[in-house]
Amino acid sequence: MFLRVERLTKRFGGLLAVNDVTFSIEQGKINAIIGPNGAGKSTFFNLISGLHRPTSGTITFKGRDITRLPANERAKLGIARTFQTTHLFEQATVMDNVIIGHRLRTSSNLFDAILRTKRHRREEQACKEKAMEVLDFVGLTDVADRMVANLSQEQKKRAAFALALATDPELVLLDEPAAGINPDETEGLEELIVNMVQRGLTVCLIEHKMSMIMKIADRIMVLNYGEKIAEGTPEEVKNNEAVIQAYLGGSAIA
Amino acid sequence: MELFIQQLLNGLTVGSVYSLVALGLTLVYGILHIPNFAHGALYMMGGYVTLTAMTKLGMPYGLAIVASMAAVGLLGVLMERLVFYPLRNAPPLHDKIAAIGILLFLEAFAQFVWGADYQTMPTPYGDVVTVFGFTLTIQRILIIASAVIIMILLYLFLKKTFIGASIIAMAQNREGANLVGINTNKVAMLTFFLSGSLAALAASLASPINLVFPGMGHLVILKAFVIIILGGMGSIPGAIVGGYILGFSESLGATYVSNDYKDIIAFAILVIILTVKPNGLFAKEGR
Amino acid sequence: MAILEKRRLWLAALIAAAILFPLFVANGYYVHMMTISFIWMIAVYGLNLFAGYTGYLSLAHAGFFAIGAYALGILTVKAGWPFWLAFAAACLLTTLIGVFVGLVALRTKEHFFAIYTLCVGYIIYLIIDKWDSLTGGVRGFIGIPAPADIGPLSFQTPAAQYYLVLFFLLVVVWIMHRLVYSLTGRTYIAIRNSEELALTLGISTMKNKLASFVLSVFFTSLAGALYASFIRFLGPDIAYVSVMFDFLTYLLVGGIGTLAGPVVGTLLVTFLSQQLQFLQDYRMLIFGPVLTLLIIFYPHGIAGGIIRLKAKRGEARRLQLEARQASAELAAASRQERSERYAKEG
Ligand SMILES: Nc1ncnc2c1ncn2[C@@H]1O[C@H](COP(=O)(O)OP(=O)(O)OP(=O)(O)O)[C@@H](O)[C@H]1O
Ligand SMILES: [Mg+2]
Repeated sequence: MFLRVERLTKRFGGLLAVNDVTFSIEQGKINAIIGPNGAGKSTFFNLISGLHRPTSGTITFKGRDITRLPANERAKLGIARTFQTTHLFEQATVMDNVIIGHRLRTSSNLFDAILRTKRHRREEQACKEKAMEVLDFVGLTDVADRMVANLSQEQKKRAAFALALATDPELVLLDEPAAGINPDETEGLEELIVNMVQRGLTVCLIEHKMSMIMKIADRIMVLNYGEKIAEGTPEEVKNNEAVIQAYLGGSAIA
Repeated sequence: MELFIQQLLNGLTVGSVYSLVALGLTLVYGILHIPNFAHGALYMMGGYVTLTAMTKLGMPYGLAIVASMAAVGLLGVLMERLVFYPLRNAPPLHDKIAAIGILLFLEAFAQFVWGADYQTMPTPYGDVVTVFGFTLTIQRILIIASAVIIMILLYLFLKKTFIGASIIAMAQNREGANLVGINTNKVAMLTFFLSGSLAALAASLASPINLVFPGMGHLVILKAFVIIILGGMGSIPGAIVGGYILGFSESLGATYVSNDYKDIIAFAILVIILTVKPNGLFAKEGR
Repeated sequence: MAILEKRRLWLAALIAAAILFPLFVANGYYVHMMTISFIWMIAVYGLNLFAGYTGYLSLAHAGFFAIGAYALGILTVKAGWPFWLAFAAACLLTTLIGVFVGLVALRTKEHFFAIYTLCVGYIIYLIIDKWDSLTGGVRGFIGIPAPADIGPLSFQTPAAQYYLVLFFLLVVVWIMHRLVYSLTGRTYIAIRNSEELALTLGISTMKNKLASFVLSVFFTSLAGALYASFIRFLGPDIAYVSVMFDFLTYLLVGGIGTLAGPVVGTLLVTFLSQQLQFLQDYRMLIFGPVLTLLIIFYPHGIAGGIIRLKAKRGEARRLQLEARQASAELAAASRQERSERYAKEG
């Protein structure tokens, strides 16, 4: 079992944002999570990546119970993520943003920095090379020296991908990568995600764009009001009565 | 025992003043999510305006307080419009630094206009009365009674009027409030007005006991922060209860521990709270 | 590369000017003012490391400045320690207190952190003010010795003290420079940018914030100890909010989160304060609004503004270049198309 959550619940005051969800992410596949706005999808990611502590339930990653592990430790184990809003540092170049992605694989400290030790030089070089490699992979080599603020929305999303990939992850959680991006560019992102899986990564993806999900997802979980209401292949989910009801009750499937 | 009850009464007086100041601070925090470091300067201005209205304009104490509440309330609105509104989308560092700028400006202003000396505020209620065998000045009774009345009025205003309900709604969810058609600008201004008025009232009530001087707001504002952390940032009942808790702990601490260091009690409480619960006592579930 | 070279030249020129300053400015008052400014700069670098590069507003730094100063005073005067031993101990002690404050304070976030450190600063002030027997309370603390000789080096003259302070300032700037352009510095900036993102990138935010905070306290205590040995008289006021405010003003005018900011801001504001001396106690009438307006309309300060301007110009030039290239390609393409058409028609 790659990553498995068991009876996961997150309560915000009186609100059950994630309610008793059991789900596993399959290795080497594109796993997707869909659901109406406020269904608890991002909260689910926050629980897996460790930004929130679950109210109850367990998370196991490659056989290890990580329910109580802090977020930074989970990243070291190989869980990376992007955010719905990219969180990038807009006033710095793409390169400067992405370099820090490999920091978790280095160990030089304050004193190395001040004394410019051999270790620091070696690790700085490694971080730069890693950044170059992932920027090449996402296709941003040309704009590496550009300020993030001056990039297009799609380029920013790619930069966020690069940052996540620079951590050398095994599992990448993508929160609405195609939001605010036009259809042509969406296809480019689809390709990139498929490429990631072909490289041996596992992807879990939250997305509202159904056409994209139906095209690239291997498996889909549907959340509604924090509960899992369906799970299966795109075909199965599309024809699921509960799913249709949920979307008709809320917003229609795009 | 007698000393103990005397100290309780004392705590009730001090606590009333603290609660009024903390209420203003917590209202603003609830609505705009900024810790208004300049709130102490509003308190100080309240003291001076009341004093000036009494000594220079010859107003009676009660009228002077009302005038001061209006003036300082407007000053609060001005602060919101000129400083906090333009900074509403700025990084969180900015509004705090701006507030410190306002604070020092207002203090220099007070010193410039009224001088650096400590001044006494006359009160018509300086007489001593004996209630159930305990002696206290009418001023203290006035402080406790007005604080309680104002708190009840504030409660009614927030619960029973539409505009009060908007304040609550906005405190809970700003975007949501905007969506249901609440004029968030107006609500923010009103909140600052209330906040300034409450500070002015507190200062005017406390000044006959505590003197008026440019730095009179420092300790009060710091303690008000302690109180709203104690009571939960943005919580109205929390500010009231927290104010009285601190008032009692201080007056008891001054008697039974050390009068010199009684001002540290508040900060000791804060350090303990935040050490144990970094997000405040009643933090909403988050990270 | 050319830019780097130019920057190095500038830096060398600045350092040369600072070294030559006391030789050419005979007026002892200016040398005194400059020495004081350097001391402030060191403290402001401390604040800058944590507020500017790590993103947390610590309002306790005036308190740490005061602890450094008083510790030096008490250790030399009351305990009779040799000067430099006391100097090192004062910085170490303050830094240690910084570790403890940081361990607790850094568990809190944003507003809570600011309020918490404000209260810590106030506690420090109250203790200095009330602990008469140790600190002299409101009467002040007098008789602190000037720095003791190190071998042949003597620090009895104002010019010698100027060079001593300049030396420490240059060390601090050097450390800051190394730090900012290192993986560790980048880590701090990442935390400032978004703590959540940093966490999910595997960065231990607590450990890094603590390191940054402690180093920043160390710089500030160094400034405090230098201040004590230079002014040789201390009052509780140096732990007060107004000193904190001065630090912030220097930092913001110069540019928060920039390397040159503390130097530029401190020089400019102390110079302006000199011009506004007649205002004395009322100078906050001007500086209060200046700080507030600055943060609303020009939050990057002078150095930050220049950096942004340069970046914008670079970007514009790049875009222009790209546009020119694109239009040239377009022209070439249409020319070719036209000639092909002519060829066909002809
Ligand atoms: N930190 C928090 N504190 C309190 N409530 C929260 C918090 N985070 C999310 N919520 C609430 O939990 C619910 C689920 O939110 P979540 O962001 O997970 O939804 P989502 O499925 O990602 O929606 P969207 O498609 O709009 O991104 C919402 O009602 C939201 O208001
Ligand atoms: Mg979401």
